[in-house]
Amino acid sequence: MEKVSVWDLPDVPEGQLPSHIQLQRTRVHCNPDAPTHTENVQYSGAYSSVGVDNSLQLEQFRKNFRVEVIRLGKEDMEFDMIGVDPSLANAFRRILIAELPTMAIEKVLIANNTSVVQDEVLSHRLGLIPINADPRLFDYKSENDDPKENNTIVFKLHVRCERGGPRLTVKSDQLKWLPNGSEFSLETSAAKSTAKPKTYTTFHTSQETLHDFSKKPIAPCHPDIILSKLGPGQEIELEAHAVKGMGKTHAKWSPVATAWYRMLPEVVLLQQVEDERAEKLVKTCPVNVFDIEDVGKGKKRAIVARPRGCTLCRECIREDEFKQDVALRRVKDHFIFTIESTGALPPEVLFTEAVKILEDKCERVITELS
Amino acid sequence: MEHGSADESASTFSFTDEDHTLANTLRFSLNQDPRVAFCGYSIPHPSEARVNIRVQTTGVPANEVLKDSCQDLLMICQHSRHTFSLAVQDFKNEQALKAMNVEE
Repeated sequence: MEKVSVWDLPDVPEGQLPSHIQLQRTRVHCNPDAPTHTENVQYSGAYSSVGVDNSLQLEQFRKNFRVEVIRLGKEDMEFDMIGVDPSLANAFRRILIAELPTMAIEKVLIANNTSVVQDEVLSHRLGLIPINADPRLFDYKSENDDPKENNTIVFKLHVRCERGGPRLTVKSDQLKWLPNGSEFSLETSAAKSTAKPKTYTTFHTSQETLHDFSKKPIAPCHPDIILSKLGPGQEIELEAHAVKGMGKTHAKWSPVATAWYRMLPEVVLLQQVEDERAEKLVKTCPVNVFDIEDVGKGKKRAIVARPRGCTLCRECIREDEFKQDVALRRVKDHFIFTIESTGALPPEVLFTEAVKILEDKCERVITELS
Repeated sequence: MEHGSADESASTFSFTDEDHTLANTLRFSLNQDPRVAFCGYSIPHPSEARVNIRVQTTGVPANEVLKDSCQDLLMICQHSRHTFSLAVQDFKNEQALKAMNVEE
C-alpha cells in the first residue's frame, strides 16, 4: 500500500472509524508471508480517542446477528453464523464436542468370547458404537446408583459360527436391545432360588413402556459396523450396558463426529485485471475462485466468482505478478459452521442444546454470585 | 467463589468444573463493558478443573459487573438460539416447498 502522511488523510465523520482501521478491525489480512490483524479488538474503550464506542450493546447485536442455513441433512449441517465474536463461536464448538451428553456402552459383561478379538479390544469397539437413543430421556448414573431403567440401556450379543459353515461377520445390528434389563443372573442369588433371580440390573418396568421407545426401539445408529469375525466353532456371548456420559470423559460420548468453523474468505480485486493477465489469474487458482467476464469489444476482465471456495492457499499472490491486484482477507465475525452428528440427535438439535448448556453455565454463575 | 480484598472493585473469581468455554466468553463480554478496567483469566493447572477470572473495575463492585456480563451473555445465547431455530425452520419449509414443486 502507498504510504500517505497523516495530514493528508481524508476527514472522517464523527462516530466512525477511518476506513483503514475499520478494515483492520473487521478483517484478517492474509498476506503472502503471514496473516496480519488476526486479533479481535474486544476492549470497550479501544477506539475512544476517535469517539467510537466499542462496548457491547445488545440492541446492536440483535440487529447484526444472522444465521443462514446452507445445508441440512439427517446427520450433518452447514450454516453461516454472522455477527458474533469468535469466543462465542468457539464456546459452541467446544460444548458440541465435549459437553453434550449421549449414551454409550460403558460396561461389557462377557460370558463367552472365543473369537480372535480379545475381550478388551472387543469392549472398546462396542463402546465406540453410536447408539440411537435420546440422551435427554435418561439420567446420569453415578457410581453408587443401581443400574435402572432411567439410567442404563442393556444390549445382548450372542452369535456363534457353526462348525462346517462359512465364517461369520458380526455386525452392530446383531446387538439386541433388552428393554427389561440384564438377563445374566448374579451368582450369589442363585443359591436362594427365588422366583425371579437377581440380575445385574434392577429394572422396575420395561423400557418399552417409557416415552415412545416401543415405536422407535433403541438400537445402534448404524446396522453395519463390523465388530468381529468368527471362524467355525467360535462364539461371542455378552451383555453391554450403555450409560449417559460426556465427551470430556471419553470421546465415545461425543455426539458429533466433529464440529468446526472457518471464517468466511474474502477475495478482493484491488485493480482491474484484464485480457491475458485475467486468463493467467484464473489459471493460478487451484480451486477456481476467479472467473472471466466479457466486457464487450473482445475485452475480458477477471472477476471473483466463488470466494467461498477459497482455501487461502495464497497461490495467486505467491508470485509478484498479482500481489498488487489481489487481496485475500477473512471476515472476522462471519463463521461457516459445520456440524457432523454421529446419529443420536439431528445436528440442528445438537446446536440448540449446546447453546442451552452455555445458558445454564451463565445462570449458574449468576445464582452463585447473588 | 470470590477472592477479594477490602476493595470491592477488584476481585478474582474462582470457578470449579469450568474451562476456556465459559472463561473466554466471559472475558469477551466483560471486556466489552465500559466499567471494566482490566479483566483476564487463567487456568492455574491443566489437570485441575478450575479457572480464575480476574476483574478490576473503575469503581463499581466487581461481582456486580460480572453478574451483568453473565446476564448479557445469557441474552446473547437466547437470541442466538431463537435466530437459529427460525433459520432452520425457514430452511426446512423452503426444502419442503421445493420437493412439492418437483413432484408436480
